[in-house]
Amino acid sequence: MIRDRGLGSKLWRTAVWAVTLLFILNLLGVIATVVTNSLATRWLGTWLPVDFTTRWYFAAWREFQLTEVLLVTFQVVFLVTLLSGLIGITTAYALARRDFAGKRFVVLVFLLPLLVPPLTYGIPLATLLYQVGLGGSFWGVVIINLVPSIPFVVLVMIPFIEQIDPRVEAAARVFGAGTGSLFTRILLPLLLPGMLAALLLVLVRTIAMFELTFLVAGPTSQTLVVSLYYAVFASGVRASQSIDAMAVVYMVTTLFWLILALRFVNPTQIVARAKQSQPAH
Amino acid sequence: MNAATLRATSAPTAAAQRAPAPRAGGGRLELAGLERAFGAYRALDGLDLTVERGEFIALLGPSGCGKSTALNCIAGLLPLTGGAILLDGKPIHELAPEERGFGMVFQSYALFPHMTIRKNVGFGLAMQGVPKAEAEARIDAALDLVRLKSQGDKLPGQLSGGQQQRVAIARAIVIRPPLVLMDEPLSNLDAKLRLEMRAEIRAIHEAIGSTTIYVTHDQDEALSLADRIVVMANGVIRQVGTPEELYERPNHVDVADFMGFRTRILGRVTADGSMVELPGGRLALPAARGLRAGTPVTVSVRPEDFVASKGEARGGDGLTGTVRSIEYRGRAWFGSAALPDGTLVYFRADSTLPQGAPVILAPDPARTLIFEETGR
Amino acid sequence: MSDMVLQGAAQRPARPALKTRLAAKGFDGTTLLVLPGLIAVLALFIYPFLYGVVDSLTPQAGAWYENYRRFFSDPFLYNTISATLWLALPVTLLNLLLAVPIAFRVRLMRRQRLLTTLLVLPITLGTVLVAEGLLNFLGPQGWFNRTLILIGLLDTPLRLTNNYWGVFASLLITGFPFAFLLTLSYVTGIDPAIEQAAATLGASAWRRFTRIFLPLLVPGLSVTFCLAFVQAFAVFPSAVLLGAPAGATRVISIAAYSAAFEEYNHSLGSAIAIIMGAVQLLVVLAVLGLRGFFYRGSASGTKG
Repeated sequence: MIRDRGLGSKLWRTAVWAVTLLFILNLLGVIATVVTNSLATRWLGTWLPVDFTTRWYFAAWREFQLTEVLLVTFQVVFLVTLLSGLIGITTAYALARRDFAGKRFVVLVFLLPLLVPPLTYGIPLATLLYQVGLGGSFWGVVIINLVPSIPFVVLVMIPFIEQIDPRVEAAARVFGAGTGSLFTRILLPLLLPGMLAALLLVLVRTIAMFELTFLVAGPTSQTLVVSLYYAVFASGVRASQSIDAMAVVYMVTTLFWLILALRFVNPTQIVARAKQSQPAH
Repeated sequence: MNAATLRATSAPTAAAQRAPAPRAGGGRLELAGLERAFGAYRALDGLDLTVERGEFIALLGPSGCGKSTALNCIAGLLPLTGGAILLDGKPIHELAPEERGFGMVFQSYALFPHMTIRKNVGFGLAMQGVPKAEAEARIDAALDLVRLKSQGDKLPGQLSGGQQQRVAIARAIVIRPPLVLMDEPLSNLDAKLRLEMRAEIRAIHEAIGSTTIYVTHDQDEALSLADRIVVMANGVIRQVGTPEELYERPNHVDVADFMGFRTRILGRVTADGSMVELPGGRLALPAARGLRAGTPVTVSVRPEDFVASKGEARGGDGLTGTVRSIEYRGRAWFGSAALPDGTLVYFRADSTLPQGAPVILAPDPARTLIFEETGR
Repeated sequence: MSDMVLQGAAQRPARPALKTRLAAKGFDGTTLLVLPGLIAVLALFIYPFLYGVVDSLTPQAGAWYENYRRFFSDPFLYNTISATLWLALPVTLLNLLLAVPIAFRVRLMRRQRLLTTLLVLPITLGTVLVAEGLLNFLGPQGWFNRTLILIGLLDTPLRLTNNYWGVFASLLITGFPFAFLLTLSYVTGIDPAIEQAAATLGASAWRRFTRIFLPLLVPGLSVTFCLAFVQAFAVFPSAVLLGAPAGATRVISIAAYSAAFEEYNHSLGSAIAIIMGAVQLLVVLAVLGLRGFFYRGSASGTKG
C-alpha cells in the first residue's frame, strides 16, 4: 500500500479521521443517552441526571410484560432461523452445485425480496395472512419473517458452498460414502462455519426486523422491537426512563447475539455477502 | 547446465532486431545501507549494492529473504527505515513512487482491467504529459517490441497470461525509465512459456539498454538472464557475482544450496589437516588444505558430482552409505543414500543399484566445496 | 465436427432414459433441492405480490384504476413520493460520499475490526432503537445541542427532532455503516498491485483515484448506492417517531400503512405499496443504467 506524505495529504487524512470520529462519537452518544436515561431518577435540562436508580427496569419489566414479549421474541427468532436455515441451505446447495435451464431466473427470484421495500410485499402478504386467519398470530409473524430470511441464507451460502471443491464429495463417493454419510461426515463439517455465520446473521436481522413483524403482530405475538415501537409511539403515556429501560433490554438482547455472531463472521459480512471466492480456473 | 550456453541461445531474437527501439540508456543505481524493518523484524538489514548503467541484475533468494522488499523500496512503494538510494549520484529515496519514473513489472501483472492494452501501455506517457502523436508512436513501438501490436484494442482480461505479461513489460519500458524493476514476472506462467518469455525479456533488455533489476527465486532464471546475480538471505546479501562465479564458486552454504549443491555433510578436518572426517569415511579434499585441524566444516556436493558404486569405502576413497532410493533420469541414475549417522546424500550412478545396498560414494574433489562452520 | 456427427448417430438407435437426459441438462435429485426454497419464495413473496397487484386493481369502489387515480390526484398522497425521495436521495448520496474516503483510509489500517464492529452497531440495533436514542440525544436539552452551545457554535438549541432533520440523522446513522462496509469490501477487493503499478508509472494520489480506482469502483459503488437507497427509501419507524409524520416526513411507507391498517382499505394500501416499489425500481434502474457506461469486469486483477 502506498502511504502519501506531504501537507495536503496529511490535512486530508486528518479531515477524514475527524469525520469518522465525529460519527462514532455521535453514535456512542445516542446509545449512552438511552442507557443514562434508563438509569436516571430525573433528567431534565442538565448534562447528567439528578441521581441514578435501577427501578425503571423493574417498572418496565412489569408495564411492558417483558417476560412474555421476550419469550415470544425468542420463539419467533429461533423458529425463523431454524426454518430459513433448513430451507435456505438445501436450496443454496442445489444452486451452487447444479447448472440448469432457468437457474438465472431462480436466482433472481431469490434476489427480489431483498431488493424490494419490505412494505411493498408486506402489505399484500399481511392482507392475505389476515384473510386466512393468521394475522395477529404467532405463526403469522414467523411466516412474514421468512420472506427476507430464506433468500438471505441462500445468497450467503451459495458462494460458501461453491468454494468447497466438488471433488471432495466425489472422493467421498468413490470411497463408498452414501448420501447420508456424505452429508453428515463430509458436507456438514465443511459447511458448519458458513452455516453458523449465515444463521447468526439471520438471527440478528430477525430480532431487529421491525417493518414486517409490525404489520402482522397482534397483542400476544409482539416481538421486542414492536413493543418498543409502540412504547415510543405512545411516549406520553409512560415515563421516558421506563421506555429507555426497555430499549436497553432490547439493546442487550441484540448485542448478545451480535457479539456471538462476530466471533464467527467478519463485520462486513453483515451487510455484504461473504467475500466472493475466486472462481477456479 | 551451463549459463553461458543458455545466454547464447536466448540473446538476439527477431523482436530485438525488428524494432528501432529507443535506447533509453539506463541509470547507475547505488544502494547504501538499505534498511527496512517491520516492527522488530528486519526485512532488509543493511543492503549495499552498486548497479552499473545498462546492467541486468538478478536478486535471487528463497521467499522471505528480503528480495521483494528491496525491490519495493527501490520503487518507492515501501518507505525505507534507513539507508539511501542514489540514481546517477542523486538521492531519490525521499521521492514518492510517482516521482521516480521507474518502470515496474509486477508478479500479478497488475494491468488496469478497465483500460484497453493501448491505454494501459500509454498510461505512463499520459501521466508524463507526452504529446498525443508522440505517445501513439511510442505505444506502437513498445507493442511492436513485445509483438502485440494487433491486440491493442482488447481489454487485459481477453489476453492470455503470457500476453498480459508482455503488455506489463511494454507498459514499464515505454516511459523510457532509467531503471526497470521486475518482481518475479514469470512465476505465474507455465514452464514452456516461462522459457520463451525469459529469452524475450533478455532480448528486450538488450534492445533498450536500460538498467534492470529482476527479482526471482528460480536460480535457472537468474543464471540465464543476469549479468550479475545478488543472492540474498535473511535480509542481507550473501554473494554478488557473475552467473559463472556463483555457479562454480559459491562462498556460502546458503548460496551453494541455491546453486544445486544438494548434499550437505557436516564433518571435521582431521588431525594432520590433510583429510576431512565425515560420517561413513574420510575424504582427501584439496579445498581442506590450510584449515586448522579439528575445524568443523560443511561439505557441499552436487548430485552429478557425487558418484556411487557398489562396495564399501576403504580409507579415503569415499564414504559408505546405504541406498535409499534410485531412479533413472536418462543417461544416468540418480538417487539418495543414507550415511551411517542418517545424513541423506544425493548421488549419481552409472548403473542401477538395489535399494538397501551398501555403496561407496565418491565426490569429485575438484567440484566439492568446503565451508568452515556448521552452516545450519 | 465429425466426432459430433458420429456421436449423434450412435445415440439415435437407443435413446437414453429420461432421467439421463434430464441429468445432462442439469436436472437431477440434487437440483430438486431447490424446490423447498423456491416454493416458499413463490408462495410467500411472488404470490402475495401478484395478489397485491390484483388487489390494487380491484378498489372498494369505482373503476379498476380508481386507487391509482386517487393516489395521483390527492396531494396528501402523491406528495409522499417527493417527501420520501427528498429524504432518501440526499442521505444515500451523503452516505456514499462519506463512505468512499473513509473506506480508502480504513483499507490501509491493519486492525480494522474494532472500527468495523463499532459501525455494525447501528445496523444491528435497528431503526426503532436509533430513533428512540436520537429523540433524546438531538432534543433541545440533549447532549448534541448542549455540546454545540458549550463550544460556542450555537446560542439557542437547534430544533432537530420531530422534523426533517431528525429523520435525516437517523437515516445517516443507520445508513452510513451499511454504505461504508459495502464500499470497504469493494475497495479492499482491488488488487493493491494495480495502484502500485499506476504509482510507478507516474500517477499522483489524485490521479490514481480518478483514473484507476474510480472507474474500477463504479460498478460496486452503483450497487452500494442502490442497496443503501432501498433501505433509505423504505424509511418508516424513524419517520413516525423522529419526524413530522403528518407533515414534512410523511413518507410513502406511512401512507401505505395508514391506508391498509388505519383506514382498513387494503386495496389502496396495496396500490401505494406497489407505487412505492415502482418508484424505487425506477431509481435503481436509472443508477444501474448509468453504470452501463463504465467498465464492468473484475477489479481484483487480471490474473487467471
